[in-house]
Amino acid sequence: MRNTFVIFQKELKSFFNSPMAYIFLVIFALVTGYFFTNTFFLYNQSDMRALFSIVPLVYLFFIPAVTMGLIAKEKSVGTIETISTLPIQDRDVVLGKFLAGYSLIIIGLLVTVIHYITLTFVGTNVDHGAVLSGYFGLVLLGGVYSSVGVFSSSLTENSVVAFIIGVFIVLVFFLLDKTLIFVPDALAGFVQYLSVDFHLSNMSRGVIDTRNLVYFGSVIGFFLFLTTRVVESRKWG
Amino acid sequence: MIKVDNLSKSYGSIEAVKSLSFEINDGEIVGFLGANGAGKSTTLKVMTGFLRPTSGNVYVDDLNILDHEREIQKRIGYLPELNPLYVDMKVFDLLKFHATIRGMTDKQFKTALERVVHDCGLSGVIHRTVGDCSKGFKQRIGLAVAMIHDPEILILDEPVTGLDPNQIVEIRQLIKQLGKEKLVIMSSHILQEIQATVDKIIIINNGELVAEGSSEELIASAQGLAQLTLEIQDADENAIQEMKAFIPSLSIHTLESSEKSSFVTLEYANTSDPRKEIFDYAVKNQWSILEMSQSKTNLEDVFRSLTQKGDQGNA
Ligand SMILES: Nc1ncnc2c1ncn2[C@@H]1O[C@H](COP(=O)(O)OP(=O)(O)OP(=O)(O)O)[C@@H](O)[C@H]1O
Ligand SMILES: [Mg+2]
Repeated sequence: MRNTFVIFQKELKSFFNSPMAYIFLVIFALVTGYFFTNTFFLYNQSDMRALFSIVPLVYLFFIPAVTMGLIAKEKSVGTIETISTLPIQDRDVVLGKFLAGYSLIIIGLLVTVIHYITLTFVGTNVDHGAVLSGYFGLVLLGGVYSSVGVFSSSLTENSVVAFIIGVFIVLVFFLLDKTLIFVPDALAGFVQYLSVDFHLSNMSRGVIDTRNLVYFGSVIGFFLFLTTRVVESRKWG
Repeated sequence: MIKVDNLSKSYGSIEAVKSLSFEINDGEIVGFLGANGAGKSTTLKVMTGFLRPTSGNVYVDDLNILDHEREIQKRIGYLPELNPLYVDMKVFDLLKFHATIRGMTDKQFKTALERVVHDCGLSGVIHRTVGDCSKGFKQRIGLAVAMIHDPEILILDEPVTGLDPNQIVEIRQLIKQLGKEKLVIMSSHILQEIQATVDKIIIINNGELVAEGSSEELIASAQGLAQLTLEIQDADENAIQEMKAFIPSLSIHTLESSEKSSFVTLEYANTSDPRKEIFDYAVKNQWSILEMSQSKTNLEDVFRSLTQKGDQGNA
């Protein structure tokens, strides 16, 4: 646990040591802000639904971009050899890196709380419960995509390739329930359960079900497990 | 004590290390030599737990790398080949990071920092970004990282390669100093880089052990040839060729004549010394020997002959 924290600290610090983190946060705030204010004034909606539907789209590209270098860069620079020969477990390294990327995503999300504050001042009949559970959904979604991003980063030493693989996998998750009409009925329920949208839409409506929580938790766990396995596989290289 | 026991490591179908065995005792500085692609880095990567052996094992005292990887890693400081570093960190933060991972308290870190800053000469760069430091300083930073927890064992993969001659001398002195208390294994593909620093040399070729011992032992065990270079006046080439008939242990390696004198290189077994016979023969024929110099096999020749055969240049 302590080792995980040390890795986490180092990675987070290195995000903020480079312009990368600031660029990410500013662009994230601008993009979400643009869509939010647009719908807010155009349709005079007093809720956060616009934000909750745009953030998952923005995530598709932003999260793989944040996580792409986490392991790939260690491989290309060669520091993977230093870090893998320290007396710590590979899973501590993977978890620490995941948490660092995930934290940056959550910080980005916190920036959008400004919109919510605006809303509470100017809006009428704001459903605070729905906003809260909607945010909760986005936090969990960010976790899933971050775990996918870290996994992609472990597959290659090229950050750009890691980005492309990451975008591809999160797109599959994102689009799964749009493919339902092509799926045989017998499998439909299963495919629907795998898609993030299905779980997310429940939450943005204000419903938090343990089934949704179990889903997000196990997908994150699954990808972190795979990542650890990939990192360990160097030993047999 | 480190014991590499019948170690083999393959990358797919490439057998990089084949049934390699050797032992290193505490307080020894060992040079691990081999041509490019001989399997040095692969061996060191297995010793540090970065790679798993395909077969065989590595022992550190009573621990082995298959069952006690983390315990062994605690005792080792490792400088990987090409000295990879986190270039965006400050030197201080980098050392602090490694110290924390190694479980050191702030107080222990403070003492350790003073030690490595002094030993590696880092006082000028401690608050600089690693990536902004010169190559020589980066190498010292790499060494400082490997030493921060004061390990019993230092494993250094080509620690002086790519440095300028002055830096090589400095790093060598540092390693020599460290070797007084620690077990040090340093690899190189250039003999001169390490010959002066190490107590013992292990030479591998194509993944196999070809020689092991001190410089003197290696030279003694090599059955090399000695060469004698002569500059002679007033001798014709035929007479020189005939010398072989009188002194059977000789062979003529090269023979060149100019108007004034002849230059001859003779070869004979390292163990014999025919200089007196040659001199007497020259006197008998009324030649004037202007110069005569003998060169015996040196460690360089031993290294070259051991690592040349079967070298497929598969680096
Ligand atoms: N990751 C790898 N995958 C496949 N083959 C490898 C890998 N690493 C090394 N090899 C091969 O294994 C052999 C030994 O390589 P190794 O790096 O251990 O040699 P070395 O003695 O350290 O050489 P150098 O002096 O060039 O550093 C070489 O033939 C090399 O091509
Ligand atoms: Mg090497």
